[in-house]
Amino acid sequence: MLNLMFKRKKFSKVWDFPGFLTWTFFFFGFLYIPIVILVIYSFNSSKFAMIWTGFSFRWYEKLLTNDDMQQAALNSLYVAFVAAPCATAIATLTALVVVRGGSFKSKEFSNGLVTLPLMVPEIVTAVATLIFFAFIGINLGLINVMIAHTVFCIPFAYMPIKASLEAMDPTLEVAARDLYSDRNSTFRYITLPLLMPGILSGFMLAFVISIDDFIITLMVAGGGSTTLPVYIYSMIKMGVTPEVNAISTLMLAFSIILVTGYWVFSKKS
Amino acid sequence: MKISKTNAIEVQNVTKIYGSGESSVKALDNANLIIYDNEFFTLLGPSGCGKTTLLRLIAGFEDITNGRINLFNEELISLPPNKRPVNTVFQQYALFPHLNVFENVAFGLRRLDKNNDFVIKRSNEVLELVQMQDYALRRPNQLSGGQQQRIALARALAPEPKVLLLDEPLSALDLKLRQAMRVELKTLQKETGITFVFVTHDQEEALTMSDRIAVINQGSIQQIGNPEEIYEKPSNQFVANFIGEANLILGKCEKTGINGICKLQTGHKISINIPDKFNKDDNLTIFIRPERIKINKSKGSSLSQIQEFTYLGNAAHIELLSNGVSVNATLPIDKVKNFKKGDKIEIEFPKSFAQIINT
Ligand SMILES: Nc1ncnc2c1ncn2[C@@H]1O[C@H](COP(=O)(O)OP(=O)(O)O)[C@@H](O)[C@H]1O
Ligand SMILES: [Mg+2]
Repeated sequence: MLNLMFKRKKFSKVWDFPGFLTWTFFFFGFLYIPIVILVIYSFNSSKFAMIWTGFSFRWYEKLLTNDDMQQAALNSLYVAFVAAPCATAIATLTALVVVRGGSFKSKEFSNGLVTLPLMVPEIVTAVATLIFFAFIGINLGLINVMIAHTVFCIPFAYMPIKASLEAMDPTLEVAARDLYSDRNSTFRYITLPLLMPGILSGFMLAFVISIDDFIITLMVAGGGSTTLPVYIYSMIKMGVTPEVNAISTLMLAFSIILVTGYWVFSKKS
Repeated sequence: MKISKTNAIEVQNVTKIYGSGESSVKALDNANLIIYDNEFFTLLGPSGCGKTTLLRLIAGFEDITNGRINLFNEELISLPPNKRPVNTVFQQYALFPHLNVFENVAFGLRRLDKNNDFVIKRSNEVLELVQMQDYALRRPNQLSGGQQQRIALARALAPEPKVLLLDEPLSALDLKLRQAMRVELKTLQKETGITFVFVTHDQEEALTMSDRIAVINQGSIQQIGNPEEIYEKPSNQFVANFIGEANLILGKCEKTGINGICKLQTGHKISINIPDKFNKDDNLTIFIRPERIKINKSKGSSLSQIQEFTYLGNAAHIELLSNGVSVNATLPIDKVKNFKKGDKIEIEFPKSFAQIINT
């Protein structure tokens, strides 16, 4: 009797649907196989990107002696390490005002205004930024890039910070006030520590977006302030060499380390 | 037991309106009350009546729309919450999730810049008081609901507030734990001598724990008194109905005075004290608790029929219909053993327990 009941109670699993597995494999294959091939071919000893002749670190060695490439990589890091913290700080303040600032008239409007750049086509932002810099006559090379990156990274940093602030119980701050905290120490001992995971996520996102950005940087960066993506693009224009594979692999490794580090950190706390 | 009559909290003509214009809500309407020092004072009322609002006004989390609140004769309005010697136990505890139990308890003391030795000594002392000293290094999410409750209590007690505000602190606990905590809270209040302002919507909780109770409905205070006064002499029909079960029976005044007479719609003619402000033929509402109704052995003129008979162990709850009016009675079981649904009996409303009640 009991057996019978169990037999009848058979739930259909999602992978029982016809074609589900096929589509899943197809999807992930399409997503990851090119990347895997790129990584493998970065260790190819052949001069031609598409013909495998043997394993070697040749292209990585070549990268080490490529001063232009290294300068571009450094530029990318400079920009990201300035833009991401600035964007995160501004995003944090904005989120605090929008979520904790009580109800003010332009609240929804402000929120929309901050997140709107996510929806604006990047090329539009890029051209507008270029024209804007030309118009007001700021021409400071890499600093222009930093300013532009800071601005367009704000909405990316803002989203996770706002989400985590909204998820935070406001009673905790009230409780802190009740326990003799003034506004400053409430922020320091309660709000900020509880918001830290959100702030870190926002920072990570802003950092990755900045490192990754191509279109805006291409427009804004003058000579001598080339970043890595722009440099890679200029390399490809001369043909896909295994050097491009190698540098892409390095960037991939960098991202993976960053994300893993963050993941380990957030698991621990 | 004698209650010293120092005024801990004076609430004077306090009105609180949330919002403005059409969407405004009047949460408190001209509330007046005095809470004495060392008292276990309860704010009792249905959900949404303004209990939390009053607590938040005392704690300083909301601004008063009108009126004033004094704490030990000191006007409170100008003080921010962190300057008020009052601590709160929140309904959902609001323990700091990123701090361990010890640091939660020590939080208030640290913000008061007490020296470290004192903070450690006092925090451990309070943890011991709530029997949680073994849990000092745990995080709040590693504790059960009852344990979190104790920590919330310890955290609020640690800075030795002059008044402790408790917002339905027991409502999230299961029944058994709730009953145990009632006794503990009461003991704690007596031991510490701190004035407790306790909020609840549970009338049983209020009756068993409080020195005095304020019954609130829709933002206005209905009655203030000790549990016995509130239960036996409710000042209006809302209080009578909200606290326990009540019979409210309409009648007509036939004669005023100490030995007044009222003819009830149940058909009974009862003797009752009717103040002289009433006149003959005035409509009256008579209040009597179900357990005060008696069975009359000598058959009278008016019979009541049993509609529903509920066995309660030591007593029985009987729903009667007298002359088309429903009457509830709770009677000792040996008096009603042989009765069943449909039987007719004669009931009596003892003079000392029936009273006229305001609408
Ligand atoms: N922040 C607020 N804004 C608007 N209305 C509120 C706010 N807080 C409470 N109220 C309203 O005030 C009334 C009293 O609420 P409250 O004091 O929380 O009641 P209780 O604690 O007795 O359940 C309710 O009608 C509630 O909806
Ligand atoms: Mg409430």
